[in-house]
Amino acid sequence: MIELREVCRHFTVGGQEVRAMDRVSLVIEPGEYLSIMGPSGSGKSTLLNTLGLLDTPNSGTYLLDGQDVTSLSDIQLAATRSRKIGFIFQFFHLIPRLTAQQNIELPLLLAGTPRRERAERSTRLIEAFGLGDRRHHKPDELSGGQRQRVAIARAVINEPAVLLADEPTGNLDRTAGAEIIELIEELNRSGLTLVVVTHDPEIGERARRRVRVVDGRIAGDSCRI
Amino acid sequence: MRLFDVIGFALASLGSNRVRTALMLLAMSIGVAAVVLLTGIGNGARLYIVDQFSSLGTNLVIVIPGRTETASNTPATLVGETPRDLTLGDARALERGDAVRRLTPINIGELSISWRGKERRVPLVGSTAPILEIHHLRLDRGVFLPEDDLEIARPVCVIGSKVYRELFGQQNALGEMVKLGGFRCRVIGILGSEGRSLGLDTEELVIVPVAFAQMLLNTEGLFRILVEAKDLGGLARVKKHIVDTIAKRHYGEEDVTIITQDSVLATFDKILKVLTLTVAGIAGISLVVAGILIMNVMLMAVAQRTAEIGLCKALGAGELQIMALLVTEALLLSSIGGLLGLLLGFAGSWVAVQVYPTLQTTPPLWAIVAAMSTALSTGFVFSLLPARRAARLDPIQALARH
Repeated sequence: MIELREVCRHFTVGGQEVRAMDRVSLVIEPGEYLSIMGPSGSGKSTLLNTLGLLDTPNSGTYLLDGQDVTSLSDIQLAATRSRKIGFIFQFFHLIPRLTAQQNIELPLLLAGTPRRERAERSTRLIEAFGLGDRRHHKPDELSGGQRQRVAIARAVINEPAVLLADEPTGNLDRTAGAEIIELIEELNRSGLTLVVVTHDPEIGERARRRVRVVDGRIAGDSCRI
Repeated sequence: MRLFDVIGFALASLGSNRVRTALMLLAMSIGVAAVVLLTGIGNGARLYIVDQFSSLGTNLVIVIPGRTETASNTPATLVGETPRDLTLGDARALERGDAVRRLTPINIGELSISWRGKERRVPLVGSTAPILEIHHLRLDRGVFLPEDDLEIARPVCVIGSKVYRELFGQQNALGEMVKLGGFRCRVIGILGSEGRSLGLDTEELVIVPVAFAQMLLNTEGLFRILVEAKDLGGLARVKKHIVDTIAKRHYGEEDVTIITQDSVLATFDKILKVLTLTVAGIAGISLVVAGILIMNVMLMAVAQRTAEIGLCKALGAGELQIMALLVTEALLLSSIGGLLGLLLGFAGSWVAVQVYPTLQTTPPLWAIVAAMSTALSTGFVFSLLPARRAARLDPIQALARH
């Protein structure tokens, strides 16, 4: 479970203070499907980065599964990220010199999982995601949809509790985008908490719960029944 | 992350940018090769010079009457007492040491030599047969002093080439009787022109048996005794034997001075070692330059791979892990470059041996160890800064750059 209490995050840009998060409080239950929408510069990416432990709030409390993570050290944060959080990005962020399978195994590699187990787990995901014939291809030999599927496989290989997606379809055509959304929704149905940041209403509307961010504040939080 | 995986990951990232990797390997290997080759040549030069010195007779011990090293404070010097002479008896006693290969007593004086009305003054050396080899003298014609007993004053002489020319011109001298300080004496050999030896011009020398010289110069004492040890290792035993024997014969007094050439040799050895170290140090600078190159290229690599580093952090890599990855890359570069450099250095010294076989340019073990450890430590030290910079990257900003 994720709980933000009165979280603030501000940056100083050119001598001016920008409030990217202004006293944000948010509770996300396990297994929820939540979209974060808002105009660009509204602070939705900062919110996502904070949820993903990439950004540390200036004030407020962030409880992840009951543990206050705002005071964790760098190593503890990295370990928590590795265990509990999966990321997917608009630009996929695959490492060009590694094959699809090696990219998928990267989090396990960083976590020190033995080679055999890495291969077993990545093979299972590759089969499940329909990438069987692409596993030895480098990212530049894959289509956009395939790349994002590799990125999703990489995000979930550590079996995290939360999947954070930052504009996951932003760099894909409609068909590929729809496939990707279906894939992550399928993962959500199997129990993964899913948070999608988007400014595409069509995608945002699909989520059961929709959070709207404006000027660093939560301007709306609605649930589809 | 497992060590094996860290190395694999670092290798993969080195392999992904071949030109950059090749350039860094080149810089590192040239540095190591320079250290190995230059120390090899320095060491070769040292061995060569030491060898040349020992062929001149480093296992020679020179015994001089009188104690010069510690004489300044003894009452004997204060009252002006002359030291006890070294005698032929002393020489005979010294000859009995088991580490002694051979010895030759020497007496020096100045006399006039004349033949059929021509006369000139010459430096006279009284000695025995072994002096020919001990002092590397060369006989031009005739025979050298006979291998007689020390105390037989056979009236024969060997003359230097200049003495021969001045007294005899082009005529035969062998077998002729010359007059030496009032005694008749037969010329049995003529020395070759060999430059200087014993501090005297060999062309002007007249050499006679030592007992005959004592008679001519009217003395019992000797100028010095040259003792040759069987080998370099026996030098210390020979010295002790001399000290003991002389002390026994001179009523408990060590009234001789013993000079060896190994102190000269040790000085040369030291000088050349320092020179080798200096040259190695200069070559070491090139290794440091290679290290700085590695730092620059690593900084560039970090800039190029910002997104990758940010990604690894997002995927759960801590700062230490990122640093470990980059430092491992640098260590791999410097160890592979170092090994290539060793190969290059050995190849170079092999070529040097082929070209100039007298110079044994095999690099000493310490140079290999020093070059490799310098390579590794520069790789390590100079990768710390880029690695730290990478580890401190803000993953959000790093990922924003794609």
